[in-house]
Amino acid sequence: MLTYLINGLSLGSVYAIIALGYTMVYGIAKMLNFAHGDVIMIGGYVAFCSTSYLGLGPIPSTLFAVVVCTVLGIVVERLAYKPLRNATSLAVLITAIGVSYFLQNAALLIWSSNPKSFPNLVGSIPNVVIGELVIPSTAIVTVIANLLIMLALTMFTGRTKMGKAMRAVSEDKGAAQLMGINVNRTISVTFAIGSGLAAIAGVLLCSAYPTLMPTTGSMPGIKAFTAAVFGGIGSIPGAMLGGILLGVIEIFAKAYISTQLSDAIVFAVLIVVLLVKPTGLLGKKVSEKV
Amino acid sequence: MKLLSKLTKNGYQNYIIVILFFAVFQILSSTGHISNSLKGQLVPIVVYVIMALSLNLVVGISGELSLGHAGFMSVGAFTGIIVSATLQNSIPNGSIRLVFAIVIGAVFAGVIGFLISVPVLRLNGDYLAIVTLAFGEIIKNLLNITYVGLDSKGLHLSTKDIASMNMKPDGITILNGPMGALGTVKISTFFSGIVLLLLVLIVIQNLVASRCGRAIMALRDNRIAGEACGLSATKYKMIAFVTSAAIAGSAGALYGLNYSTLVPKKFDFNTSILILVFVVLGGIGNMTGSIIAAALLTVLPEMLRTFRDYRMLVYAIVLILVMIVTNNEKARDALTGLLRRFRKKSVKEGTANE
Amino acid sequence: MSKREEVKLVNVPSPNFIPERDMGKPLVLEASHLGIDFGGLRAVDEFNIAIGATEICGLIGPNGAGKTTIFNLLTKVYEPTRGMILLDGKDTHNMKPAQVCEAGIARTFQNIRLFDKLTVEENVKIGMHNHIHYGTATGVFRLPKYWSEERRAHEYALELLNIFGMADLAGEQAGSLPYGAQRRLEIVRALATQPKLLLLDEPAAGMNPSETEDLMNNIRKIRDDFQIAIMLIEHDMKLVMGICESIVVLNFGKIIAKGTPSQIQNDPKVIEAYLGTRKEEQ
Repeated sequence: MLTYLINGLSLGSVYAIIALGYTMVYGIAKMLNFAHGDVIMIGGYVAFCSTSYLGLGPIPSTLFAVVVCTVLGIVVERLAYKPLRNATSLAVLITAIGVSYFLQNAALLIWSSNPKSFPNLVGSIPNVVIGELVIPSTAIVTVIANLLIMLALTMFTGRTKMGKAMRAVSEDKGAAQLMGINVNRTISVTFAIGSGLAAIAGVLLCSAYPTLMPTTGSMPGIKAFTAAVFGGIGSIPGAMLGGILLGVIEIFAKAYISTQLSDAIVFAVLIVVLLVKPTGLLGKKVSEKV
Repeated sequence: MKLLSKLTKNGYQNYIIVILFFAVFQILSSTGHISNSLKGQLVPIVVYVIMALSLNLVVGISGELSLGHAGFMSVGAFTGIIVSATLQNSIPNGSIRLVFAIVIGAVFAGVIGFLISVPVLRLNGDYLAIVTLAFGEIIKNLLNITYVGLDSKGLHLSTKDIASMNMKPDGITILNGPMGALGTVKISTFFSGIVLLLLVLIVIQNLVASRCGRAIMALRDNRIAGEACGLSATKYKMIAFVTSAAIAGSAGALYGLNYSTLVPKKFDFNTSILILVFVVLGGIGNMTGSIIAAALLTVLPEMLRTFRDYRMLVYAIVLILVMIVTNNEKARDALTGLLRRFRKKSVKEGTANE
Repeated sequence: MSKREEVKLVNVPSPNFIPERDMGKPLVLEASHLGIDFGGLRAVDEFNIAIGATEICGLIGPNGAGKTTIFNLLTKVYEPTRGMILLDGKDTHNMKPAQVCEAGIARTFQNIRLFDKLTVEENVKIGMHNHIHYGTATGVFRLPKYWSEERRAHEYALELLNIFGMADLAGEQAGSLPYGAQRRLEIVRALATQPKLLLLDEPAAGMNPSETEDLMNNIRKIRDDFQIAIMLIEHDMKLVMGICESIVVLNFGKIIAKGTPSQIQNDPKVIEAYLGTRKEEQ
């Protein structure tokens, strides 16, 4: 029972970190970045290469993955999304899907479709044993990383100038621009942060589930997106809450109901939540002015 | 010119395109000018064209984003397979059995569409989209644990495994959980697909041009004003959604009976997205665009065979570039400028040659 | 059993009035003690009104007084917190906007809400939606009823558009019309629902004086031809004083004055609401 809870919290924390990237980008650019899941996969591969081929330690490889993904996020935003700033949201969505295909197939060409066995980067830390209960170090590191990220992001959006600019842009792009905020730069920074977080999520995800393939990122990506909606898309604490709940529900469904139906149960819970609270758990209600 | 505008206003050009498409490929394949791999693609092309039309009814005409359309397709496909297998002995004629399979597949998918639309249509925008995605995944998961068998006593159903269906020894398994349908008798033909496509076109285009279609589009353009004009938003959005689901089901049945094996995993999120790509690239709300985009993009990976390993990469780049060019004015201007220069050059060369 | 005491009965003074010519006909609208709260804010309170069958009534007041909110209450875009609305004698409690429209109220919007991607004619036909009688299946299979009803709808749509001389614009896309034409199209669309009461939210906004003049004549003509009641929100006092038979003045969500145009023009409370008190001026 407690083991399941710990596994759930661990998986949920990974979802939460991914969901943060979705939610931030959605809040500011009003777009569903479907390629986000594939950035996770790229982060995983970069960390894999830097440990296996370059022989870097866990922390330098993670940092390297973060740098690569941040740059990737900025480049993708510049090349693919920026030209579509004034296009319909569907056009941007399809472009994001194009980017997703691109990243997956690029990874396929570089690393082939054979699954790579990911080295557990946090394996050097010993597991915590309390009586019969074994808490894997991966779970501890994941949960702590999640809390730190959450804290840092809350501070960032609440206290810093850039963070305030982000909140202003998400409220009203036009008005923010009139107040002298560089909207394009703000959006780029958001993508950079989101992609950097995706890299961390990639390392943590692969540490817990060590098979790495070009499609590794897509299902966690979809689930994290669900988590972001679950918590109320656009809301940072919402992404956190949604991610953790989703992870816990998934693990418990797997353990007690059916492995094959666990995804269906997760999605069914999402549907029920949205019917009761149509904008997610912590989402704001926006009504159209007549 | 006036005739042309009258034609396009009523959507007659779409019937002509479909019939021409059929005629050309029929002649090409009977004279042996067509590769076997392309021949095998003819039914899938028709299926994806119908799927694109069906999704366009929801996305373009009704204005709601659906990300789970493959779910309805799978309901139609597996219903169709079961129907065909059940009727195998009583109706030996494949074409007649196909008609039954398609109709029942469409009805089943329509019923599922109706059940889903009740909760879905209470939501708006992106939230509605994510719930359709969720339903698509749920349908896939449920089909993954569905076992259906047939023996002399009739149909058997289980959610556990083949053994728990308790069939007599003469029983055959139709659906085998995650392994899907095995040993389906292939009865779909290019001709039957074209007939279905024409019927679907008639239904969608006549619906759009009627009182009901007008109401659906009005609610898309401005829901509050539509309600102030006495339109029930739920009713009309539901009509669009259910019709679309039923059409997707019919396409699914055609698809399912075109292969001897079919797994539920085939109808995942990526398939839903693929169909959405057809609709968006063809132009949202534009039926002609959907037909052409779906047909071209289904054969495009095949045509990119020369790029071998790079073909999906090229596909992705083409997709991104098309989106940017069609949605960004600067990029569009640059492209038309380039084309103009190219044309001038070729004209110059042409005159120089003379 | 105790003996019944004789209670003295008195006449209740009604706060409402209607034009003399509409006496004897049923009231098209009667609202009493109507009010709505947004959170802690009383946006509208104690709104009482009666509108005669062919009355033209003006609803005026400073910005933010709650005029559009009243329209939203009457058409059930908002469900009232308090009070009752009788439409042609029928209680509209728990009705949805679409049902209110069927019951006989049509409206236009302050920020124009047309079906932008549809043509002008289609916009009008949407207004006629509940008066075009054929089902979905008839439409899909194009049965004879479809053709006859569509032809009738087409002719009636053109007839309505001709009130504003817009029949030649029938094939244009509604979103591409100039601003003034869009406002007029909204009125035509509302009329197409065959209402008993037409609510116009700032019909003259953005129009020049000659356009406003035309609009005034047309509003009067619509009332005379269709024999319906019209209630309008407007800031252009020339229009309000020119065509309204009764005027209601609203400030901070409450009625501060009701009466004929000349009564309103001389009401000290109205002058205060619009110009402020002398003390504040100093």
